[in-house]
Amino acid sequence: MGGVVHVLAVNPVPARSQMGSSLGFHIILACFGIAFVAVTMTAEWIGIRRGDAAALLLARRWSKVMAVLVAVGAVSGTVLSYEMGLLWPGLMGRFGAAIGFPFSMEGIFFFLEAIFVGVYLYGWGRLPPWAHWWSGVPIVVSGVLGALSVVAANSWMNSPAGYTLSHGKLTSVDPWSVFFNASTPYETAHMVLAAYMVTGFLVAGVYAVGLLRGRRDRYHRLGFAIPFTIGGICAPLQVMMGDIIARFIANNQPVKFAAMEYVTTTTRDAPEWVGGIFINGKVYFGAAIPAFDSILVGFSPHTRVIGWDSVPPSQRPPLVTLIHLSFDVMVGIGFFLLALAAWQGWWWWFHRRLLLTAWFLVPSAVSGVAAVAAMEAGWVVTEVGRQPWIVYRVLLVSQAVTPSSGVPVTLGVILVLYAIFTVVSIGVPMVMSRRWRRETPAEEEAEQVPYGPSPARFSLAGPTAPPGVPPESSGGPEAP
Amino acid sequence: MSPSPEDIAVAVILFVVIAAYALFGGADFGGGIWDLLAGSAGRGAAPRELIDESITPVWEGNHVWLVFVLVLLWTAFPPAFAAIFTALFVPLSLSLLGIVLRGVGFAFRHTAQRLHMQQLTGATFAAASLITPFFMGTVVGAVATGQVPVHPAGNVLAAWTSPTAILTGFLFVAACAYISAVFLVLEARQRGHQDLTRYFSRRATAAGVLTGALAGGTFAELPASAPYVYARLTGIALPLVAISIAAGIAVLGMLWLRWYHSLFLRGMAAIAVATVVFGWGLAQYPYLVPTSLPLAAGSAPTAALVAEFVVAGLAVLLVVPAFAFLYFLQQRRVLTAAETDAGLRLAAHLEQAPPSHAAAAPPPTGARMTRALVLVVLAIRVIRDAFSRSHRR
Repeated sequence: MGGVVHVLAVNPVPARSQMGSSLGFHIILACFGIAFVAVTMTAEWIGIRRGDAAALLLARRWSKVMAVLVAVGAVSGTVLSYEMGLLWPGLMGRFGAAIGFPFSMEGIFFFLEAIFVGVYLYGWGRLPPWAHWWSGVPIVVSGVLGALSVVAANSWMNSPAGYTLSHGKLTSVDPWSVFFNASTPYETAHMVLAAYMVTGFLVAGVYAVGLLRGRRDRYHRLGFAIPFTIGGICAPLQVMMGDIIARFIANNQPVKFAAMEYVTTTTRDAPEWVGGIFINGKVYFGAAIPAFDSILVGFSPHTRVIGWDSVPPSQRPPLVTLIHLSFDVMVGIGFFLLALAAWQGWWWWFHRRLLLTAWFLVPSAVSGVAAVAAMEAGWVVTEVGRQPWIVYRVLLVSQAVTPSSGVPVTLGVILVLYAIFTVVSIGVPMVMSRRWRRETPAEEEAEQVPYGPSPARFSLAGPTAPPGVPPESSGGPEAP
Repeated sequence: MSPSPEDIAVAVILFVVIAAYALFGGADFGGGIWDLLAGSAGRGAAPRELIDESITPVWEGNHVWLVFVLVLLWTAFPPAFAAIFTALFVPLSLSLLGIVLRGVGFAFRHTAQRLHMQQLTGATFAAASLITPFFMGTVVGAVATGQVPVHPAGNVLAAWTSPTAILTGFLFVAACAYISAVFLVLEARQRGHQDLTRYFSRRATAAGVLTGALAGGTFAELPASAPYVYARLTGIALPLVAISIAAGIAVLGMLWLRWYHSLFLRGMAAIAVATVVFGWGLAQYPYLVPTSLPLAAGSAPTAALVAEFVVAGLAVLLVVPAFAFLYFLQQRRVLTAAETDAGLRLAAHLEQAPPSHAAAAPPPTGARMTRALVLVVLAIRVIRDAFSRSHRR
């Protein structure tokens, strides 16, 4: 491979920044695309099963928020598809035939997801309750399989497999080995768990704030408990997964691992650095746990850990401090979320009640933001840690970047647009929730709903509701 | 060297997907154009509502065809993808800008119902519906005229600013408006809106005539700008061109006679658009970019093409029934965005007591401790096992 020849014909930094910011933005929405439906369907299940109006109301409102997030996610995902060509024609022109297969599979799952999202989001009023619930199942399945496909493409860049090159040209492809490369199971499990954690803790955080402000009704308790449970179940699995993946990376991408853990030279008894800044060959402000890195990698202090001196400087990742600190942030937040989940779990297990003290709710309120930070830090580790390669040990980023001159302009546009998106993606659900709260007083709606001994039953459109009658009599679209 | 059967098969799939996007995605873009042209807030309320109602549940699914076009192109014909996306960086970025603004305008229009934002987001959505088809048209024009170099050194401005490319851009806008208006005629009729049926019928006729004129104009430019494509369009692809013209005239005739047959009208309009796409594909054969990048030289290895074939088969098995289900529900008007939660809200407000499934007496603490420990240990072992096995493989 001509990888050693460092071709710096064009500057990849603007392209790299644009891809990074697009991916960093999209991945948050992708989490909601993967996991939010499952959270909503859990609430819907409880609502239908127990005739619980609060749970059903939560499910409906979540699906309204989902409509916004899914639309923005579909668009920001398209941006990424375009950017594969706009920014990295050197990658796609050479390896499009290999990396394209996972993306094609993702296309199918994206299709199914988009179609059933249309049914689920807009079918609330007129589908029977259980039919509506089942229309969400394909979204959950295709969300996970879609994540598998896209992450497989990224995994392939970390562990390229399933292709043959001759004279720099791709001559044959084994799509199956491309899809199920060595990194795929690890990265996929890590990402799907992350998606459920991000969604669960973010949604729970919203209701934690409500609970802290004294809104302690069933609606808010359920709104907190359902997503927190989902996020909390994933937290211990994720910590275990992370431990397994770290060992895998130490074997599979030792240079990335070396950057993550500040392993300068290949050594036994490698210390585990917590925090610290790497300048000119020395770590400042960090705490070193002797030999612990070796123990983590091979369960023994005598395990040899490969350092970044194993490759020439041109093949080492830049910004090791960023990589290491991002890794520490990710691991730290992972344990923080695990502790939160364990705390609530302990309380539930022995008291069969939700723990709703301020001591618990304040950290829970920030748990979602923390989960997002951990996920972003994780992507920084895996993407910056792979530099200078775009396909590990096969193709350099500088060989893949577009020769077109417009990238700084599109980078600027993308940054401005995504700043607006971020404000709106957060702002719109906030405005919606404020509207919901303002309109809660029952007397406003009291005239519209027949008042009876069991108003909950009637409005559920559940088994007791007359078939075909939409649960709310106030204004369908057919009203002229 | 001549293209292999796999090359041709995947190229056919690619053009089928492009035609699907032109029809479904194009209709959604056209909806945005009619939204833009619907006039003041009061006068345009009825058509805007119809457009909104018929697009909202389906636009995202329709949008995915575009992602499929991109994925197919880069998987099956990587050099063509790389060349097009390098040389046509500018129009592609602009069309992407349109897609982004449109999707976001669309998403927030519904939630911005009671905000002043609604007009802004609506205008964003509508304006973006013009930008995207226009620049996509210039991209197609640039490819068809063979102005995309195989190894471009950067973006090529001249490629997509030629008269043919610009005309193709306008042609795409007109065609989107046309196909959308025809579909909206039927949507209005199905909902029993007599006035809106006539409203969109007039617009469909106007857009149809304009599309025909622009197609004629583009065609007149071709002998000079794209002699290869022109020769094949008037040769082997001539039947497709003739079918397209005939179908277009048939649609105009049906509109004029007010014979709004759901299947025929939709079908004829679809044929008019799809045959143009297939005609373009046939006219380019056997080139990905006429006369510089042949199909055989620009194709992926056979296994990748076969994989795409499998993907297409899966799509037919999974996606087509799902789409049929979506459109069925949409036509039956089961899917509606307008919903209030008034009843539920009241019920949730009244139902403050915890539900009756009150906790059964919890087992003793010791037993629960042991059970928790066993569960944790089991979970850890199961996951460890799963991954140590996959690692060995």
